[in-house]
Amino acid sequence: MWAYIFRNLLQRCVLLVIVSILAHSIVHLAPGEPSEVDPSNPRMQPEDIAKIRAAFHLDEPLYRQYAYWMRDLFSGELKSFKDSQPVLPKIWERFLNSLPLFICATLIVWTLSFPTGIKAAIQRGSIYDRGTTFIAYTLISIPGFFLSYLMILWVVNMFGVPVIGMRTFGMEDAHPIFQGMDRIWHLVVPSLMSALGGIAVLSRYVRSQMLEVIGQDYVRTARAKGLDEDTVIYHHALRNALLPFITLFGFLLPGLIGGSVIFEYIFAWPGLGRLGYDAILSRDFPVILTINFIAAALTLAGTFLSDILYAVADPRIRLE
Amino acid sequence: MQAKTDCVLEVNNLHVSFFTDRGKLRVVQNVAFNICAGETVALVGESGCGKSVTALAIMGLIEEPGIITGGQIRLKGQELVGLPLAKYQQIRGHRIGMIFQEPMTSLNPVFKIGTQIGEVLVHHSKMTEREARPEVLRLLKKVGISSPHRRIDQYPHELSGGMKQRVMIAIALACQPDILIADEPTTALDVTIQAQILRLLKQLQDDMGMAILLITHNLGVVAHFANRVVVMYAGEIAEHTDVRTLFHKPQHPYTQALLKALPIPGHERLVPIQGTVPMPLEYPSGCRFCTRCPAVMKCCPQKSPSLQKIEPCHYVACWLYQMKNAP
Amino acid sequence: MEEQILMDEKNNLPAKLVLSETPFGEFWRIFQKDKLALLGLVTLFLLIIAALASKALTEWTVVFDPATVRLVDKFLPPLSYASELLPVEDIPRFGIYLLGTDELGRDVFARMLQGSFVSLSIGFVAVGISTFIGILLGGLAGFYGNVRFLFISVDTLIMRFTDVMLCFPTFFLILTVVALLPPSIYNIMIIIGITSWMGTTRFVRAEFLALREQDFVVAAKALGLPAWRIIFLHMVPNAIAPVLVSAIIGVASAILTESALSFLGFGVQPPYATWGNILADGKNFIFDAPWLFFIPGVAILVIVLAFNLVGEGMREALNPKLRRR
Repeated sequence: MWAYIFRNLLQRCVLLVIVSILAHSIVHLAPGEPSEVDPSNPRMQPEDIAKIRAAFHLDEPLYRQYAYWMRDLFSGELKSFKDSQPVLPKIWERFLNSLPLFICATLIVWTLSFPTGIKAAIQRGSIYDRGTTFIAYTLISIPGFFLSYLMILWVVNMFGVPVIGMRTFGMEDAHPIFQGMDRIWHLVVPSLMSALGGIAVLSRYVRSQMLEVIGQDYVRTARAKGLDEDTVIYHHALRNALLPFITLFGFLLPGLIGGSVIFEYIFAWPGLGRLGYDAILSRDFPVILTINFIAAALTLAGTFLSDILYAVADPRIRLE
Repeated sequence: MQAKTDCVLEVNNLHVSFFTDRGKLRVVQNVAFNICAGETVALVGESGCGKSVTALAIMGLIEEPGIITGGQIRLKGQELVGLPLAKYQQIRGHRIGMIFQEPMTSLNPVFKIGTQIGEVLVHHSKMTEREARPEVLRLLKKVGISSPHRRIDQYPHELSGGMKQRVMIAIALACQPDILIADEPTTALDVTIQAQILRLLKQLQDDMGMAILLITHNLGVVAHFANRVVVMYAGEIAEHTDVRTLFHKPQHPYTQALLKALPIPGHERLVPIQGTVPMPLEYPSGCRFCTRCPAVMKCCPQKSPSLQKIEPCHYVACWLYQMKNAP
Repeated sequence: MEEQILMDEKNNLPAKLVLSETPFGEFWRIFQKDKLALLGLVTLFLLIIAALASKALTEWTVVFDPATVRLVDKFLPPLSYASELLPVEDIPRFGIYLLGTDELGRDVFARMLQGSFVSLSIGFVAVGISTFIGILLGGLAGFYGNVRFLFISVDTLIMRFTDVMLCFPTFFLILTVVALLPPSIYNIMIIIGITSWMGTTRFVRAEFLALREQDFVVAAKALGLPAWRIIFLHMVPNAIAPVLVSAIIGVASAILTESALSFLGFGVQPPYATWGNILADGKNFIFDAPWLFFIPGVAILVIVLAFNLVGEGMREALNPKLRRR
């Protein structure tokens, strides 16, 4: 088994390198250069531009630039184009901001999707099933920002729930308990909005898995044994239906970066997605590439974790 | 027929229909037979003739859009049709055991086989898992699984097809049921394993004195293991008699054609039955076999013949034998 | 639910009722049972006709004019009449603004019509590209999988490449590329297309791997049929079902992605109007002129929902396992 793990990790590292090279090439080959950050600045002399370009190695061949990037990244020396601040601490700080939003949204998604999907599968064709199906489709189809703005309008007018940023301005001196409550209050609407799409997708998937399992022969055997329906569903069927979802745990990791750009933009949440967006706007290559790299690394780590978890959970799988 | 008091299972006038968006499919029509303790009754017919549906109806496992639209099923005098679900669940696995055609997919892949066998005991006999374990070992030995102490903690994928079917038999017989329903138990297995499984069933039957309803399309199996045979065609019973009479003096044209179609060394050619089995939507009115019957008469398409007793323990549904007692 | 019996009086034998269905007939019978999917299909039909018509109505013969700026008439709610101060050639058709006007006095209805064509074409072209790439790569991987190219098999090569593409956070990647390239409708179509082929590739490869072992393919090979004939005439029609479902749902997803890009400011630039950028413009006026935000938002919702419903309906109708009966 260790041979399998080692080989798998090695393969993933190779993939990671390929991904980083690809990303690097895409970003650098695009037209437009980082020095265009300040085109309107009259004090930008051609010599200054040349100096900046030299400092960031922008005139050297592509593979050399890649080597510089990699070296700087792993030595922690990588600096942003925008303000020459180190990239990694910036990313870390924003990551910590994104984390509570992400955890909250994920919790909401997972605790709501499973009961809904299972119940819809058991009561296939009922009003509950058809109703939740329609709601799920609507949630998938609605543009996330559209719904968020509607929510903002409604919620701000009705309940006074804060929808901007992570904390209320001027709360820094308040008692920690009030600060904490304030933070939680700020979390509610953004995490709910981020979660809605995920609930719709996951509950549909749960439902279809459950339906497939309920149609299997061993469920018929369980009924033929005279077991009561609850045992048949929640003991025999569920255990098999949930198996694939173990793998979803692994995909949680890359979700940190995934769709948060939109929601962080709307709710002015100072997180990683926002950082990425600003970096793209200002063509801050090191930041863009690093976020991309981290996202890819998280994806690979996540799928690796999924494979391991699946092998642990399903007795039929042997790691070879 | 044996005396009614000895009957374990009595099926009378059973009708099962499937209400689909393409129409009402009369999958089982007017099926009647009974089985007594210690005897094996074979339910024979081609694919799609309704024999599996009959078995599921006895277990109460017909699911939507199918429904039992008429008839009675009595287990030792107790009426099963219309029985509330809770009571039916007490009977399934306890007084009726069933094994299925596909042993490869009939066991839950994520539970050990010892747990799956023990589950029946725990549920019906109120034992705990620990109390049930020696009984499970005994059952494993009884169905002929070697090294039961090792096997009991294995998962289904670690067993061969034949062993899986033995486990299914163990599950079905764990609570010593009155009747075992075996739905094509050997069709999915190799020929040599088939013989072993059937011999095992016979041996267990001699041991435990239970009745067996054997569903199959293989006449060779019928010849070796059945006491009585019920031949079904397109949802209805064509002929019902004991096994010797069936092979020596078949009366229904369908049965005769089936036997003629068997490859027998010494005979020059196979005689297939012309035409194909009709689909439930296409069942002709009148006798369902009339479109393919070599002895078809004018009255056959008009009305369906009922099952008539032509000898003691020999029933045929054919107009050829009812001309004598003209309708 | 009557008996299905027929009698042929002349021959006194029951006539055989021809109840066999073509595969399409079977598919349609199951599909139309799902009322929502049927509704989605009707909506799609109407919208596609509207989109095609709109190209004619807004560009070729200007029946509804989306570009005219009428500062006199800005921010009018839906169903308002045009002001009398307008010069004759600026008056909207029928003298009424069906869906109101925006901040420049442009007719929202006309803009929505114009946008429908652009939004839909972005969706279809992007999905066309991704489906094409998907079938190509998936088919090669599935059919020629064992062929070795240098030191690596075709299958492994294509699959690893797919894995690489899957590592990128998709929306982030699209955003990056779109932001770095000059803004153009074609770039957006192409980018969305080349970042969403991975699912299709996997489906096609899986189907081809399964089909390759099936008897009818082996029989075709035994008959000596050339490879391309086997692939295109025998295997592709069988593999097409999940690809079709994926494509329809992909159009919905492409339209949503385009609207998200527009929202962030990277979408299609004027003069093209898409529902995405009408929505993005409208968000600035939520309080003053809410219809500018609601109308495109609801429109996107309806069309994406229609595609999703149709796609899911097709999935149920094409997949025997999930069917009821």
